[in-house]
Amino acid sequence: MKINRDRVISLLVIAPSLLAVAVFVYGLIVWTGFISTVKWDTLRPDYTPVGLANYQAIFASNRFLMDIRNTVVFTLFFVIASLLIGLLLANLIDRGIRKEGVFRSIFLFPMAVSFIVTGVVWKWVLSPGQAGSPQGVNQLFGLDPASNRWITDAHVVYLAPDSPVYKLLHDIGLGAITSPNIGVPIALLSIVLAAVWQMSGFVMILYLAGLRAIPEELKEAARIDGCSEWRIFRHIVFPLLIPFTLSAIIILGHISLKIYDLTVAMSKEGPGFATDTPANFMWQTSFRDGLFGRGAAVAIIMLVLIAAVIVPYLIWNRRKEVEA
Amino acid sequence: MSREMQPDPSNSAGLTNRFAVVVVSDEEEAAVSQRFRPDAPTTRGAHARGPRALSMRFLLYAVLFVFAIWYLTPIYILLVTSLKGSSEVTLDKMWALPTSFNLDSFDAAWKALAPNFLNSLLLAIPAAIISSILGSLNGYVLAKWKFRGADTLFLLILFGMFIPYQAILIPLTRIMTEIGLYGSIPGLILVHVIYGIPITTLIFRNFYSGIPTELLEAAKVDGAGFFRIYRSILVPLSVSGFVVVLIWQFNSVWNDFLFAVTLTTPNNWPVTVALNNLSGSFIATWNVQMAGALIAATPTLVIFIVLGRYFVRGLLAGSLKG
Repeated sequence: MKINRDRVISLLVIAPSLLAVAVFVYGLIVWTGFISTVKWDTLRPDYTPVGLANYQAIFASNRFLMDIRNTVVFTLFFVIASLLIGLLLANLIDRGIRKEGVFRSIFLFPMAVSFIVTGVVWKWVLSPGQAGSPQGVNQLFGLDPASNRWITDAHVVYLAPDSPVYKLLHDIGLGAITSPNIGVPIALLSIVLAAVWQMSGFVMILYLAGLRAIPEELKEAARIDGCSEWRIFRHIVFPLLIPFTLSAIIILGHISLKIYDLTVAMSKEGPGFATDTPANFMWQTSFRDGLFGRGAAVAIIMLVLIAAVIVPYLIWNRRKEVEA
Repeated sequence: MSREMQPDPSNSAGLTNRFAVVVVSDEEEAAVSQRFRPDAPTTRGAHARGPRALSMRFLLYAVLFVFAIWYLTPIYILLVTSLKGSSEVTLDKMWALPTSFNLDSFDAAWKALAPNFLNSLLLAIPAAIISSILGSLNGYVLAKWKFRGADTLFLLILFGMFIPYQAILIPLTRIMTEIGLYGSIPGLILVHVIYGIPITTLIFRNFYSGIPTELLEAAKVDGAGFFRIYRSILVPLSVSGFVVVLIWQFNSVWNDFLFAVTLTTPNNWPVTVALNNLSGSFIATWNVQMAGALIAATPTLVIFIVLGRYFVRGLLAGSLKG
């Protein structure tokens, strides 16, 4: 009967954690979902049902459209740049270089500091400079502060209507993304720069783990068969790195959907909401303006976006395992 | 004894691999960290010779150096700015070295941030310790005492580590107020422990899945119970797992901003919130802000430098930031 007793103990041990996750993750998500459908627009809770009015108000607000644009732009630039830099560095480091540990540490240490520290330092480095303010990277490269505004740049770059890309997008039915709402805010790219600085080392480590899991014999055999290094990378290494790439995309992608601290520390909303994020919108709407119903609606939209990425990934992992 | 009652070993190895994509499996991780030692002999490419190979080599190092400069630029700025006196922080000379060694800015920054630095310690250390213990017990149960539906429950737990915390923040604030913990450090510890359950459970579960079940069976035959096995077999074998999780949790709690800024009152602000506030104010000069940033980053940077190997293992074991 010993085993039975231990079985009961094991369930008792894990029960508090299961309960905590059930209540504080799933319970509170449901609660937030409920709040998103009530009036609650002052500090005092007001549970008058309003249906989807909060969602309608959000989608009608220009700021939220800017936030969605920013999230798309940020995700694209941040994920692609981090992947490319991480892949490049991992491949360079994997070539039997001297002082490998030193290089690896230099590329990785930003992961150990907070987004706030990163933001505070990069804000200073990327200050455009003018009378009475810091002369950042412009001074270093001799750039004109009047035209290089970095995190304070209000410009948004749109596709020119006569450009081939614009026409192509229209031809293939993606004309909507060339609408005036969708452009690349220059200030946001400065935030991307800091975010890539912080996270690319992580991608490098992930790829390095992938590269080192590939048996050297496999590559050696291909070399003996006369394959060029590029062909080896293209046909042997790259396919084996795909799962690692997928991991990196999921992790980086879900970070960029939630990004908050970094933009708060660097530029807040930015000029014309150029660096605003859904997370910042949610926080200010709720905890600064007291519009908790609306804040909850923004939070639920964020959750849905992230779940759309994460849930298939978790299920895909599980299915792959069941098949194996 | 019925089959169902036994801790089920057949599945455990598989589950390690199931998350081999989120999580790099133990063997792979070992392969990486083996060569992670800076002095480890390297073989790849070392045999290349000839002028072409030599120039490729040169290019390789050139690229590495350019990237190294990029990664180190903020550190350079941090150091030279914070070592300048207020009179020397003329805004047009931010890239210049300080003319004299001056620690005034550290004095000022420390005066402003010391209470918050202490808050962060009082927050991050207990949170990391409690999280590790909880995570290791959960991992033990989910790896070695599987019950029906354990794998599905584990997936449901895992989802908790990906959610945007905004989706729970409003009701969480209400709950913390109701139970009288809003604004306090113990309240924030509780929050970090709860939302740390997924990642700590994940790391320990994968760690314990690698421990042979025969070992546990043998102990059971000798009459050891649940906690006895945990204390005398699992814990001694997972010291490095504890280091990984302690570092991971300490780092995430120390670097957290969202929970802290929402759930604490100014007296109890940890250093991230205080630094952001300092940096947003126009009172603190830039040298003081940089010194403050350095102070706020020091504990996690020291851990990274001293225990980098474990930090990397934590990163690989399902690393998420933010």
